[in-house]
Amino acid sequence: MESALVSGLQGLLLGVSNLGPGQVIMLVIASTLLYLGIHKGYEPLLLVPIGFGAILVNIPLADMMGKEGFLRFFYDAGVLTEVFPLLIFIGIGAMTDFQPLLENPKIILLGAAGQFGIFLTLLLALALGFEKLDAVAVAIIGACDGPTAIYVSSKFAPHMLGAVSVAAYSYMSLVPLIQPPIMRALTSEKERQIVMGVAKREPISKTTKIVFPIVVTIFASILAPKGAPLIGTVMLGNLMRESGVVDRLKNAAENEITNIVTLLLGLCIGATMEASNFLRGETLLILGLGFIAISLDTAVGVLFGKLMCAMTGGKINPLIGAAGISAFPMSARVVQVEGQKYNKKNYLLMHAMSANAGGQIGSVIAAAVMLSVLQGMGIVGG
Amino acid sequence: MDTWTFGWTLALIGMGGTMLVLWILSLLILLIRKIFPYQTDKAAIKKG
Repeated sequence: MESALVSGLQGLLLGVSNLGPGQVIMLVIASTLLYLGIHKGYEPLLLVPIGFGAILVNIPLADMMGKEGFLRFFYDAGVLTEVFPLLIFIGIGAMTDFQPLLENPKIILLGAAGQFGIFLTLLLALALGFEKLDAVAVAIIGACDGPTAIYVSSKFAPHMLGAVSVAAYSYMSLVPLIQPPIMRALTSEKERQIVMGVAKREPISKTTKIVFPIVVTIFASILAPKGAPLIGTVMLGNLMRESGVVDRLKNAAENEITNIVTLLLGLCIGATMEASNFLRGETLLILGLGFIAISLDTAVGVLFGKLMCAMTGGKINPLIGAAGISAFPMSARVVQVEGQKYNKKNYLLMHAMSANAGGQIGSVIAAAVMLSVLQGMGIVGG
Repeated sequence: MDTWTFGWTLALIGMGGTMLVLWILSLLILLIRKIFPYQTDKAAIKKG
């Protein structure tokens, strides 16, 4: 009887005796993510499930990511198959209004410039010794687009998914802090004061809005077939929104489906943050490179804005170039606030929204181009 | 393929390709707007 009691008590203490310093550190990191999400409001929809998933996976002996662990089931079914980010893309498409872009299409080029940070960071990552596909996964943080980063990293470097996702979502929420100093450093006060005025916008027909996602899907997917799942899902969501005939599906995509998948995806990302996997020097490098990637996106966007300013005889305020990233509509709001600091009568918001919508498409196209070039180079299978 | 050939090729084609695709997309948007101008909707409403 006595020995049974002792064994029973030992069983209760097994968790404590198996708790290593790495797991304690990870529990602190996970709690910090929860604090940032709940108290500071930084991307709470993702950081809360990520933080909680990280707690669950670092409980000793719970074996949440073991062969029959409950997080393993969702990870294998939704992340390894790339289904979760794609389902989120349908929701994003259903929520996105591309009207500002359709009204002012030439601004879409700022959405391309805003992705250059991806490719410049790729070179930096390679210089720091990352393997080719690992470098691609790190660089994609520069897409400033959570689902794209998750899609690419789960495809090429699933072991880095936790660090890449945390970096992507953390920096996206820090855009209002990261962008303004770069915008100020690269523009003169005179440039920041340029008034773009009320844009001469032609109203957009409903037919145009419906045809747009179909044309983008066909055209972009033919040019970059490997990116068809990314482009196709965003545009399917947008077609459901604009067609107006499948409101139930649209509502499901932007509410129920996105909510359920966000919860499961967040938990799965957290589940990749096991101490042995996360507490490595590489993670710090990934976080550092992610910051550089988003800073470079902003810098190249602003520089491209300056080029457009020069080419149009000073009609474009270069600040709107910073909105060429995918963080929608946060980045456009940053541009508006920054512009008004130097000229109270300057309303850059609608112009910045056009660039920001361009950035949303730009990030998906950049990832699609990247995947297709990798296929062409024979780095990934066909 | 060595690391730097890989890196520079992906970076240059990636940046150029993204810019090219989005530029063509902007032209396509202008084309779609021309084919389906706003007036078409107004006319459709009138007809309806």
